[in-house]
Amino acid sequence: MTTSTTLGYDDLPGLLTLLTGDEKHDRSSFSTLDVLWVLYDRVLRVDPREPDDPDRDRFLLSKGHGPAAYYAVLAAKGFIPVGALAGFGSAGSSLGYHPDRLLVPGIEISSGSLGHGLPIAVGVALALDSGGVDEPRVVCLVGDAELEEGSNFEAVQLAGRLGLGRLTVVVVDNDSSTHGWPGGVERRFELEGWSAVRVDGRDHDALEQALLGNGNGRPHVVVAEVAAS
Amino acid sequence: MTMRSRFYDVAAELLDEDPRVAVVLAEIGAGELRPHPRLFNVGIREQLMIGVAAGLALEGLRPFVHSYAPFLVERPFEQVKLDLVHQGVGAVLVSTGASYDGARSGRTHQAPADVALLRALPGWTIRVPGHPDEVARYVRRAATSDDHVYVRMSEEANSRPIDGDGLVVVRRGGESAPLVLAVGPTLDQVLAGTEDLDVSVAYVSTVRPFDAAGLRTALNGTDVVLVEPYLAGTSAAEIAAALIDRPHRLHVLGVTNEELRRYGTGPEHRALHGLDAAGIRGSIDSFLAKPSH
Repeated sequence: MTTSTTLGYDDLPGLLTLLTGDEKHDRSSFSTLDVLWVLYDRVLRVDPREPDDPDRDRFLLSKGHGPAAYYAVLAAKGFIPVGALAGFGSAGSSLGYHPDRLLVPGIEISSGSLGHGLPIAVGVALALDSGGVDEPRVVCLVGDAELEEGSNFEAVQLAGRLGLGRLTVVVVDNDSSTHGWPGGVERRFELEGWSAVRVDGRDHDALEQALLGNGNGRPHVVVAEVAAS
Repeated sequence: MTMRSRFYDVAAELLDEDPRVAVVLAEIGAGELRPHPRLFNVGIREQLMIGVAAGLALEGLRPFVHSYAPFLVERPFEQVKLDLVHQGVGAVLVSTGASYDGARSGRTHQAPADVALLRALPGWTIRVPGHPDEVARYVRRAATSDDHVYVRMSEEANSRPIDGDGLVVVRRGGESAPLVLAVGPTLDQVLAGTEDLDVSVAYVSTVRPFDAAGLRTALNGTDVVLVEPYLAGTSAAEIAAALIDRPHRLHVLGVTNEELRRYGTGPEHRALHGLDAAGIRGSIDSFLAKPSH
């Protein structure tokens, strides 16, 4: 793990207060906070000094709405200056209500419209596989309600069939899917050949253990359960 | 040889020659290409097809994405807009089926608005080849860049290829003769329909970017007839912009914006849309007979 740590988890609330505006998607932002922190603090091999390092892990935030937590973690880890947070959503800022990969180094994909990140992640994984590259993992964060978009399941099906072992999906499950996932959303992944684990989405050690795990040649899904707010 | 078979041949060659090239399919075409480590058939999952292409491009590959036009452009249009254009990564979309090749299959397999849709997105180079050799030329060239390219193939083809990317004058009329601009596979029908008319005939197979300078050079008179193999008037704005400082009249011919609700063959639909030689001639005669004020 090569992330350059500059600030800690306890600094995140202060950083979030810098992100002002009337469209913070608070529920979305705060549901992802612990998962994002554990990813950047303990799991992902990424370095703000080399955001394009070909050997880096790829992290794709598909659930790009409500990116305040994402920006706060990126600021804490040195990818973006803390001073940039205050401009959130303004015309001169690179930090919009939905992230733009061409404006912020270290952001792998522009997102905000739901159901796009996971299919792109499958393409990234296929490219790395075809290049014979062993190391980089591909991690994609989606929301439980986002999974209602059918495009996700085109990706879930194919990743399972092809056994894309370098692919991990984190589902932040704050029970925001209107019609729900009877039996747990992970069942949909398991049916398609994924390994699956459900953890407390606020328990950093449990998240770390789940996220560092893998499906032994199968794609892996971590359902991070957080209390609905 | 058809445009489609020519594309498969060139795609196979490019996979072997160029380590950047990848091909993404959603079943259609999968039986025409031999397995290759960078040939990805994602199954009947067209949204995923575009997303996967974007992921490949993010990692530096040059994806060629191929399917029937409705499933390549219309169904995953948001993926084209966001996964490719918004991400800032390129791909080459190569469609087959065009406006009415699939006439027997009905509306589901007809995409006369594909070019109009893609022209609504920034940065696309749009090729409408009129001959299999032009397909090969444009596909090979697309492998050397990283931009957004659409190659629109059709069963309908001209008897001979035309060399050149821009507007090419194929037949010169009198000093101020009207200019008939044939797009892609409409050229043979245009030439047949205007055989004994005093008009100039020009050809274009790259419609974005549009060769405005070529049009200004080719047009000596005031009347322009645009003949397109897709939704009529798709390039009307480009022509208006090219001639903004020159008095002119524009008449557009192309696929009509209506559901015919008829089956049959491509040539039958071509005639129903007035794009066969007789239809083109009749429409031009009516246009030229209208007084110009």
